[in-house]
Parts: sequence; C-alpha cells; structure tokens
Amino acid sequence: MRKCEVTGVKKLTLSATAKDRYTTYGLVVLIAVAVQLFVSYGNASNSFKGLLVPTCVYVLAALSLNLVVGVSGELSLGQAGFMCIGAYVGATFSVITAESIASDAVRFTIAILLGGIVAGVFGFLIGIPVLRLRGDYLAIVTLAFGEIIKSVCGNLYLSADKNGLFVALDVKAKSAHAFDAATKVDYVNGALGINGIPRTSNIRVNEWAFVICMAVILIAVIVMLNFIDSKQGRAVMAARDNRIAAEAMGVNVTRSKMTAFVMSAFFAGVAGVLYAHNYNVLDTSNFDYNQSILILVFVVLGGMTKMRSVMISTIILYVLPEALRGLNKWRMLIYAIVLIAMMLINNSVAIKKLVEKIQAKFAKGAENKEGGAA
Amino acid sequence: MKKILALVLACVMALSMFACGGNTDVENTGDATNNNNEVVENAGTLKIGGIGPTTGGAAIYGTAVKNAIELAVNEVNANGGINGMTVEFMWEDDEHNAEKSVNAYSTLMDKGMQVLIGTVTSAPCIAVVKEAELDNVFMITPSGSAVASIDAPNAFRVCFSDPDQGIGSANYIKNTDLAQKVAVIYNVSDPYSNGIYEKFAAQAAEVGLEIVAAEAFTNDSATDFSVQIQKVKESGADLLFLPIYYEAAALILDQANSAGLDLPVFGCDGLDGVIGQLGDKADLAEGVMLLTPFAADATDDKTVAFTTAYVAAYGETPNQFAADAYDAVYIVKTAIEAAGITSADISASDLCDAIVEQMTAIEVDGVTGKMTWSADGEPTKEPKAMVIKNGAYAAM
Repeated sequence: MRKCEVTGVKKLTLSATAKDRYTTYGLVVLIAVAVQLFVSYGNASNSFKGLLVPTCVYVLAALSLNLVVGVSGELSLGQAGFMCIGAYVGATFSVITAESIASDAVRFTIAILLGGIVAGVFGFLIGIPVLRLRGDYLAIVTLAFGEIIKSVCGNLYLSADKNGLFVALDVKAKSAHAFDAATKVDYVNGALGINGIPRTSNIRVNEWAFVICMAVILIAVIVMLNFIDSKQGRAVMAARDNRIAAEAMGVNVTRSKMTAFVMSAFFAGVAGVLYAHNYNVLDTSNFDYNQSILILVFVVLGGMTKMRSVMISTIILYVLPEALRGLNKWRMLIYAIVLIAMMLINNSVAIKKLVEKIQAKFAKGAENKEGGAA
Repeated sequence: MKKILALVLACVMALSMFACGGNTDVENTGDATNNNNEVVENAGTLKIGGIGPTTGGAAIYGTAVKNAIELAVNEVNANGGINGMTVEFMWEDDEHNAEKSVNAYSTLMDKGMQVLIGTVTSAPCIAVVKEAELDNVFMITPSGSAVASIDAPNAFRVCFSDPDQGIGSANYIKNTDLAQKVAVIYNVSDPYSNGIYEKFAAQAAEVGLEIVAAEAFTNDSATDFSVQIQKVKESGADLLFLPIYYEAAALILDQANSAGLDLPVFGCDGLDGVIGQLGDKADLAEGVMLLTPFAADATDDKTVAFTTAYVAAYGETPNQFAADAYDAVYIVKTAIEAAGITSADISASDLCDAIVEQMTAIEVDGVTGKMTWSADGEPTKEPKAMVIKNGAYAAM
C-alpha cells in the first residue's frame, strides 16, 4: 500500500482507495464543522443539542462493529457488552479521580484510553479460543459474553473509605463489611449503577463536546481505514471471501481476524466511555441484548461495506425516532416501516437495476452534451 | 414489480400517517390557542410537561401517570385553572430508558415546558434530574423512588423513597409482631427492589428481626422461582417479604401455592396491582399485606371521587402510580397558588424558585394522604398497611 501511495504522489493523483478514504475523512470533518457552526451561531433546539453526543456514540459503535461484521465477515452480538465495559471502566475512573485530577481534559482523555484498552483486552481474551473456530461460534460466545458483562456490572459494588478500596459482587458482602462511616464513598452501587459522573462531555456543559466526539470518530475512521488498506486488513478480507484460499496463500487467518476483533472491541469501549460521560447516571439496563441488535441493524442497513455508509445509516436510524416524536403514538410504527423499507430497498434487484438505468441515462446525457459541445 | 408496488403503497401509507399526525398536532395547538383566547384577559397558559414510559415493558406505569395527570389537569382547568392560568399538559414517552428520557426532556424544553411532573421510573429520573437542575426547572416525580432520583434542590417527590419503604416495612413487621424470622425474595437487577432490600436488611438487624433467607432473582430469570421458594421453605421463616413489583409477585404467589409453601406475605407499594395480575387465581392474593399510601377501594370522599372519575375516563381502576401523579398536579397547583403567581408569562427558572420556596411550607391533602415536604424533597406522610380481603384492599 505504501508503495502504491508513493507512486500516486509522484503522478500527483491519488489511488482510488486513497480517494475513497479522504472522502470519508472529509465527510466527518464537514459534519463536525457544519453542526458546530449551527450550534454556536444558529438557533439549535435543546433536543437537537441533546442528540449530538448519543448519535456520535452510536456512530462509533456501529463503525467498530462494521470491522467485525463487514470487514471480517463474522457475526458478533456482543457489541453492547464491550460498550458496557468501556462505560463502567471510564465512568469509575472519572468518579474516583474527580478530585485528584483537576484538568477535565486530562481526566477525560485517560478515561477514554482506559475504557478502550480494557474493552480491547476482553476482546482479546474472547478472541483467543473463538476466532480459531469456523462457523457461527463468535455470535454465540459474544452473545453470552454481553449478558455476563451486564450481569457482573449490575452486581458490582465498589466503595472506598480511608482504609482503601472495597470491591464486592454481592450486597450481603458489602453490608457485612465494616466501613469507616466518615470517609465512606460509594462509587459503583450494584443495580443502581454509578452516580455523579463528571459531565465533561455533555454538550450542555461543554460547547465543544460535539467536536470532541467527532475528533474521536475521525481518529477511529483513520485507524480503521488504514487497517483495511494494510496487509493485515487485506488478509482479513481475503479470509472472509475464501478462507481456504487465503490459508493456502499463507495468511494467518486467526491473527488477522484477532487484530480486527480487538480493534473493534477497543472502539466499542471508547463509545461506551463517551456514552457514560453524557449522562449523570450509568446502569446496565441500556447495555442489553437489544442494544447489540440495534447496533447490528445500523451496520446491516448501512450496507456492511463502506465506513461512511454505515455512518450515514446510523445517523438516520438513530435520529429518526426522535425526529418523529411529534407523531406521538405513530412514531414507533413508522420507524418499523422505515426499517422494513430500507431492508427491502437495500436488497431489491429491481431497484438496483433502476438506479443503474438512471445512472446510465445521466452518463449518456453527459456524453451527448460533451459530444455536442465538441 | 409486485414488490415495488407494495413498497410504494407502504411509503404512501407512512406518508399519510405523517400527514394525519401533523394534522392532529395542528388541531391540538388550535385548541390550545382557543383556550388561550378565552382566558386571555386572565393569565395565559401554564405549560406542564410529563415524561414516562408509554411503550415498552414499564408502559403500565407511564400510562397510569399520563392518564391521571390528564384527568387532574382537566379538573383544574374546569375549575378555573391555577390562579386563572389555564394548564396545558404535554407528554413525552421515554420507554423506561435514561437516554430516551433525557431526549424527551429536551423536546419538552423546546416546547416551552415550565414545570415537569416526572419522570415516572427511577433510573431515567436520576438522569433527568441533573438536566432539570442545570436549567432550574421545577420537577416533582410522582413515583421515582430511588434516593438519587431527586438529588437536586429543585426536585421533589410524591411517593416514599426506597429506603423509607425498607425501614418502614421492618419497623411495621417488628412493631405489630407479625414475625420473628423473615424470608426475602428480591430482584437484584432492579434498583427499586435492591434499594428497599438493602435498608430493610439493615433496619431488621437493628430492631432484632432475623432474616433467615434472602433469595435473589434478576429481570432475566423472573419466570421460574422454584429454587427460591424451595430455599424459603427450608429456612423455617414465618413471613415472606416481597419488595418487588406485582408481575413477579403474582408468579411467586402462584408457584409458592403449587409448591405447598403457605406463609403470610408482606410487600411494598410495588405489589399494588397483584390482584389484577393474578386474574382468575385472585384468591391466592388473600391475606397479602402491603405498605402503600393509596388503596383504590378506600371510602374517603377524595379517593372515591378520584377512582370514579378515573374509571369513567379510562375504564380501569387507578393504581398507586396514578394516585401519586394525580396528587402531583394538585401539589403544583397548591404551591403556585401559595407563591401568588398569577401570570403564566414567567420563565421556568423564576417559577421554579418561587415554587421551591413554597414547597417546604405547604401541606397537601391528596388521595395518597396528607403530605408535607422537607428541603431535600422527601415527602412526609403516613404509610398505610393494607391487607387483601375478599379480593379488595382493607386497612389493617
């Protein structure tokens, strides 16, 4: 790839993949700038501002899942589990260090990295046995993993007093523990989750939150697209298209799939950290099986190929139910109809032909015009 | 070709719904302006917002609250409004989800909400309360019972908090000598259930009740309770405490009956509704005791009037959530009247300051009892212990 780019520069033109990549980067920057201008100078409503950060969270989660589903062709149903890990690790870190780290920016950056890394480590641990297997085992294991994580986080108690941290997975153990009442602080409280997360990323508090989130997305997109264009990335795609052929060519399928999977887990964890920092409260109820399916729907309806189409489909599908609020009880029905319509349109041969016909006509028209001008 | 046709039809249908929805909206605002015109010489329209789940698993609570607020607002408007101000009620669905709840809150703020009655469920309430604190919008939750649900100076609640229910239950069981050995089955994945259990256990230890079995279940395993029931049976308890919601409680009662476990059952306000849930097995609920501030079958004038009006309007008996929400509207009314606000042309923040100032001074006699408030937003009212007798609630 590097070679290819060098020759591209010499000719002062970009290769097709590079062009494609820069289009995606451009799209991210364009959205970030346009929306931020609207928020800063336009008349943005509360609900518009409130939707910015959650939309970014889901875009990032969908992009990360696309690495597994679209690029490596495996089915993963545990993206919410990785988000949950990221959210809990990031939020716990922020709550504990709320006073000891004065700078919001530093604390937030460390929380993002920490949440992503821990999620990535879990991705690695799951990947070791599962990615060696053929078949739909990844779907089964990630599904179970998501539920386990949800259950563990929902039963986690983390408190501290002057004697140090106290961790328990059972409220009985916590009530049996003798705390120093004067210095006792509860960080994580079982089913009640985490309260009092510093709201550094909330758009209401920080007017640059959207730009921060989009910057994170931009970094994610740069890393992902470079990965796809790298030796490892092409190995992953080769294995997706024909595993036997890829192995015959000497591709280490497990290793390349592992790279994609860990990267996916890392960015899902980062999405979780962003999510946690947008609300004052965090509990496990939103990281269930439905959440994983929702993210999968974003990816599948985005076509599972290009990162930017996944991004666009996520934005549309996440914002739609909120935009339809004015319709009251009809909104869920219409949302369902839109989902079905998108699914049909995505897979309809007739519509694809229609689009091709129109494109061909336009191309012809342009040719004729050019011909006429000449 | 057929497929395309079907698709086009679906799109047309979706569009027509869109159009219909739009039309009703326009009509609604038309009505509101009409009302506005009628009272324009008075004081304008006060916008009260409500948030709660009207779709999804917890929809029964949100729907009850929405109906009851609607009922109370109509009553208030029919009787001349609040200090001459007409009340306009706006509702947004949050699907019992903190994330959607904050979105719903933003939408209501865009619509010019001045007072928030909500949210209905605890966890979303914890997220929304911080937003309301930033915007300084007065908020009173009818039923968000977690402690953190009103963790702001401008937030109050109508129902008891979870810890209060736990402590109250332990005290009641001890003081009336209902039992010495208590078994508990609770939902470990539910903040409500967990919150009550935690305080109940602490208070039980304090007053000298013995908890011989504390069996947990989660939302995901809330269908089969045979293991928990077996353990309760072996524990030698003489009372079963169920700090959970009525759906699971109905299953437990049924399965305990089949397993031959025959213990008196004690619960909190979440058990309200268990008779209806049991359906034709309603006799299993006989003798179940619960600590709740509201019973639809009570015979005082207020409750009778509320219950009759609710049944007439919505065709079902109001539960405790509806009662709390109904009271919430009158609490807001009382506080605004006490503050002497006569014009709705006031910012949400100024209104909030005025109401908060009055909240600790007023006393409201509602369908859930006589209430006063402390500065931290917690209500003081008498819990009533009810026992189910002949398929109806009776005071103990």
